[in-house]
Amino acid sequence: MKPVLEVRDLTVTYPARRGAAPARAVDGVNLQVGQGEIVALVGESGCGKSTLARALVGLVKPTGGQVLSDGVPLGYSAAALKAYRRHTQLVLQDPGGALNPRQNVFDAVAEGPRLHGLTDRLGERVHTALAKAGLRPPEQFAGRFPHEMSGGQQQRVVIAGALALEPSVIVADEPVASLDASVRGEILKLILELRDSLGLSALVVSHDLGLAWNIADRVAVMYLGRIVETGTVEEVLLRPRHPYTRALLSVLPDSGEPPVLLTGEPPDPTSVPGGCRFHPRCPLRAAEQDPRCDTVDLPVLTGEPSSSGLAACHLVQ
Amino acid sequence: MTATDQSHAPEDRASAPMLDVRDLRVSYRGGGRTVPAVRGVSFTLDRGQTLGVAGESGSGKSTMALSLLRLLPSSTQVTGQVLFEGEDLLTAKWARLRAVRWSAASVVFQGAMSALNPVRTIGEQICEPILLHDKVGQKKARARAAELLDSVGLPSRRLGSYPHEFSGGQRQRIMIAMALACRPDLIIADEPTTALDVMVQAQVLNLLGDLVRESGIGVIMISHDLSVLSHMCERLAVMYAGQIAEIGPSKQLIAEPRHPYTRALGRAFPTIGDPASRLAPAGLPGDPPTPPELARLSESRGCAFEPRCPEAMDACRTETVELWPSGPGREAACLRVLEGSGA
Repeated sequence: MKPVLEVRDLTVTYPARRGAAPARAVDGVNLQVGQGEIVALVGESGCGKSTLARALVGLVKPTGGQVLSDGVPLGYSAAALKAYRRHTQLVLQDPGGALNPRQNVFDAVAEGPRLHGLTDRLGERVHTALAKAGLRPPEQFAGRFPHEMSGGQQQRVVIAGALALEPSVIVADEPVASLDASVRGEILKLILELRDSLGLSALVVSHDLGLAWNIADRVAVMYLGRIVETGTVEEVLLRPRHPYTRALLSVLPDSGEPPVLLTGEPPDPTSVPGGCRFHPRCPLRAAEQDPRCDTVDLPVLTGEPSSSGLAACHLVQ
Repeated sequence: MTATDQSHAPEDRASAPMLDVRDLRVSYRGGGRTVPAVRGVSFTLDRGQTLGVAGESGSGKSTMALSLLRLLPSSTQVTGQVLFEGEDLLTAKWARLRAVRWSAASVVFQGAMSALNPVRTIGEQICEPILLHDKVGQKKARARAAELLDSVGLPSRRLGSYPHEFSGGQRQRIMIAMALACRPDLIIADEPTTALDVMVQAQVLNLLGDLVRESGIGVIMISHDLSVLSHMCERLAVMYAGQIAEIGPSKQLIAEPRHPYTRALGRAFPTIGDPASRLAPAGLPGDPPTPPELARLSESRGCAFEPRCPEAMDACRTETVELWPSGPGREAACLRVLEGSGA
């Protein structure tokens, strides 16, 4: 399967602030999203998952490596980016913040098509997008303002705005994190339906492993700028190999296992440890005392889905 | 509308519970209208017991918790009774209430960054309630603060640090240390881990759990996350539209929910490895009632959950719903429960 969206050896380094070292937010990542595939990118805050999502839609220019869309490297001229964004759309976390409070639903959804000069039968385009996003009948919603809608409806408007350009890929950064539990399931259902009916591909960024179980085909677990484990949802979530993934799963309330509490806070991308980047917090290294963990760097995992079930760890190979 | 009569008859025989909330109602006034947020909530909590309160935003769970210690703005209207050790906190004098806050009951708020004072060291902030309530000297208070910081897993040498020098998880631990400062009998934790990462959340919950077990403090924990609550608390109350929809022992409530809303909420948090939820996210169509809808609901009959309920019957629109016994130590506000029990 040819990937519709791919990153190769991607690095994003934010420049240093006043004497501090530069932050290596994304530090060598390979990832592919296939046609009609939903990939979940999971990790704790500060692991670089949002930066990676922004690099995927061209909002952040990578320091190294490439973003490829249908096999073609992404250009960073204004025209190239504009063309690219018809193909790949971003859905953000907080719909209340993503929508202009003084713009009604019609104008919010029409903004993308207008920017791209798609004003022919604009009304039809907007109404179709609203209906696809589950706001039916669309006429009833078009004139409303964000404050007249619930959080779930607002997020549907944001998704409709993305769909109005008929993209082939959606990059969604925590699409349900700010929504209520009962509404969350409805939005996730919508993403699954869009995949099934339109063949839409999606990369969903989340801290929530349950979300991956709910909608994703494959998962990539990110830690401190790198993907440390990747594979199908069943492989990664039911048979985790990397000690970080195992720890994340063990602290879920329903895990049924004794929780492995990692000591310390999520580490700092301005000082990535040498050797395996997880070694200062790794429960396995503490037990096995293997000198490679502290000194030998691990290769970057390939992003290809065929070579599934990969873990970047010296001790579980 | 309420279950006051039914739920309190058995407790009168036993010794009085530490906290006894009776028919609590809270309304916000704004724009010339009165909007009800809590519409008749009753429950009891004993020393050392843990109660989780679950619900979506707008369900009234935080308003309910904050009203117990009268922490809401003065424009809110609160009625009912909050009996803490037999004393009604809703009618107590301010001086008396101030004495109760911190030393008898304390609150852990969500968002520790805004709850801590950014320009004072955390040592000063932890000492403040101790100096005020325990009437001890500066030196003793300092020693107690060091001890507290130690108990939440932070080195006591950091007493001189400012809030911004700590991470989010550490700040939440400091909030917990402050809540414990005057050895209260009750802690109200309002979404104590909502803004935190999974791993940090697990650390904070673990800490809170240990402290509660060791000290026998009563805890009311508010959260939107049913799965977290069911593992932290012995009993669970699920709130919808300002009322308790179902209350009972956590394990039974999750394993065999009797109220359709509890069922839907439980399914919204998938268990990894459960084939039923794989590629099948579960939600609930519709939205919780908005404040104007809540105001209308309070004036009419019928179940507040009926518009979204997948199991609604005709009677749900016309009958008044209240908490009915639905099992040992359990109550649910659903006509189906009444139907099932043959009452």
